Amino acid sequence: MINPYLIHPATIVEKIQEAEDIHTYRLQLNEEATRRTFRFTAGQFNMVYLFGVGEVAISIVSDPDEPERLDHTIRAVGRVTSAIGRLRAGDTVGIRGPFGQGWPLEDARGRDIVIATGGLGCAPVVGAIEYIFRRRREYGAVKIIHGVKTPRDLLYQERFEAWRRQPDTEVLLASDRPDGTWRHHVGVVTELFERVPVNAARTLVLMCGPEIMMRLGVPILMKRGIPATAVYVSLERHMECGIGLCGHCQMGPYFLCKDGPVMRYDRVEPWLGRTGV
Amino acid sequence: MAPEARGILPSADFQRLLDALHIRGYRIAGPTVRDGAVVWETIGQVSDLPISWRDHQEPGRYRLEQTGSAEIFGIVHGPQSLKPFTFAPREPLLQIKRTQGGFAAQPKLPQPEKVAVIGARACDLAGLAIQDRIFLNSSYQDPYYAVRREGLFIIAVNCTRALPTCFCASMDTGPRAKHGFDLALTEVDDRLVVEAGSEAGSDLLSALSLPPVPHNVIDEAAARVDACAQSQVRRLDHSRLPQALYDAHEHPRWDDVAARCLACTNCTMVCPTCFCHTVEETPDLTGQRTEHARLWDSCFTQEHGYIHGKNVRPTIKDRYRMWMTHKLASWVDQFGTSGCVGCGRCITWCPVGIDLTEELSALLMPCEQQSMTSRQ
Repeated sequence: MINPYLIHPATIVEKIQEAEDIHTYRLQLNEEATRRTFRFTAGQFNMVYLFGVGEVAISIVSDPDEPERLDHTIRAVGRVTSAIGRLRAGDTVGIRGPFGQGWPLEDARGRDIVIATGGLGCAPVVGAIEYIFRRRREYGAVKIIHGVKTPRDLLYQERFEAWRRQPDTEVLLASDRPDGTWRHHVGVVTELFERVPVNAARTLVLMCGPEIMMRLGVPILMKRGIPATAVYVSLERHMECGIGLCGHCQMGPYFLCKDGPVMRYDRVEPWLGRTGV
Repeated sequence: MAPEARGILPSADFQRLLDALHIRGYRIAGPTVRDGAVVWETIGQVSDLPISWRDHQEPGRYRLEQTGSAEIFGIVHGPQSLKPFTFAPREPLLQIKRTQGGFAAQPKLPQPEKVAVIGARACDLAGLAIQDRIFLNSSYQDPYYAVRREGLFIIAVNCTRALPTCFCASMDTGPRAKHGFDLALTEVDDRLVVEAGSEAGSDLLSALSLPPVPHNVIDEAAARVDACAQSQVRRLDHSRLPQALYDAHEHPRWDDVAARCLACTNCTMVCPTCFCHTVEETPDLTGQRTEHARLWDSCFTQEHGYIHGKNVRPTIKDRYRMWMTHKLASWVDQFGTSGCVGCGRCITWCPVGIDLTEELSALLMPCEQQSMTSRQ
């Protein structure tokens, strides 16, 4: 019987600073056999472990076609992630995974893609965006919509600029509390959902961010003709086991660690608006 | 059932059954009285069992009394179901030690052990079957649970007395043990009807070479179990679940029950099916070794719904609703069965006597009607 709790050591090959307290850790599994057989899909996550401290669920943002390299973008905010934040290249962490259901990027081939994100923690879609741009010709028009509270919250500025230069790609940014230098949309991100040019029948939406953005934003896209079944959202709950057994990540009938974290919108729609779910 | 699958054992000879288990290498766990409640302990002799004791259970109340009878299985149940035998309250998962430039993790599987549990009730068997589904038949198999489960030999006792908190009849889980046991006993005055439910059980039964059960005793045993079902005063109407409870998400009754609930977690600890657990990391003083262990958790704790900087279930109302909606509704979607077996432990062990059957009936009433009948 496979032991799904077994943690495999991995070395931090590179630590890349993304923002003051956000780093991308490039990891490589130490055991050769594990490294060779490790496969994941974009949007899946690993439980990342630190000796003596514990585990935390972090999505894999690197390319699934290079499975020996595992990038995880981590914000030092909690007990485990703050301790990880003090590590350096060459240090060892642990990995258990990959877990969960990722983005439907295989099925998305040939379609237009709208990627809608809000707030700070959009690492799960960064992997999807990079995936699409590495295979740019296989996908149609790409719109990247991102909303922040203040311009200061706009992470990955260089990445947005680089994405903007991709063919047939538009990047739309919104801030509700802009300063004098803001040259993009002023207001909440869902206002951009009303304006972004889309070919509804061809479009697949990937969304990540606060649940309120999904709850208010998806109906706008649906009004524009995009069916709920063409919208995928990445959801977040407390996760400890990654295998649907510890009970923390439930949302209605789902265990987001194994049924998600990426869920088709129509399946979670009844649960999103509910308090305490 | 074939006649050889049953035998009759005088209560006075009960030690023969224990001896037969010992010969087969089983550690025997049975109900024993400790600190005013009944708990599973290793037993050697019939006299270790709570002979002549009975339990009285009501919402928020558990009392034991001695009746002076020779009844062996007069106590229906204690706070523990079979859960601790297979899903250990604290289970070390990995032993991890620092190495040159890293660490090495070793799984710490429990030692395989043959354990015979005497006195499991039909509701306990139903609870175990649900936990088997969760830990052995989900997307991932739990190897720790599997080792503990493998060594279990279960001697069930059919209930001939219902507690006021019991509602297994309405959950179709009892009071008769139908499957999931190796042997089942029905105590009829000074005799026990012994019935085999598995190959291992049949082997043991033949080794005991018990006389066949007279027809009138079979009938009497069945009648007593039926009477036990009839006498249950509580029932849980699950006919409209899961949907009716999903629909009751905004019902005012949640505020009412939240005002009484202490979020003490007792209901989840005594529940035979609750499976939430957390993981703790315990490094030793040298910092060279650390133990990665899981322990029972509860959806009533602050931390259960925590995600960085936010709690998705900040109030007791949210948590009680989570617990009950999961137990009675989303459990059905997740595992194809209710998460409730009707044992009534959550009612007994709730310090304020919250009764989930009563809460459910209130929640399934339309809001207007409910507000008229709600307490205070």
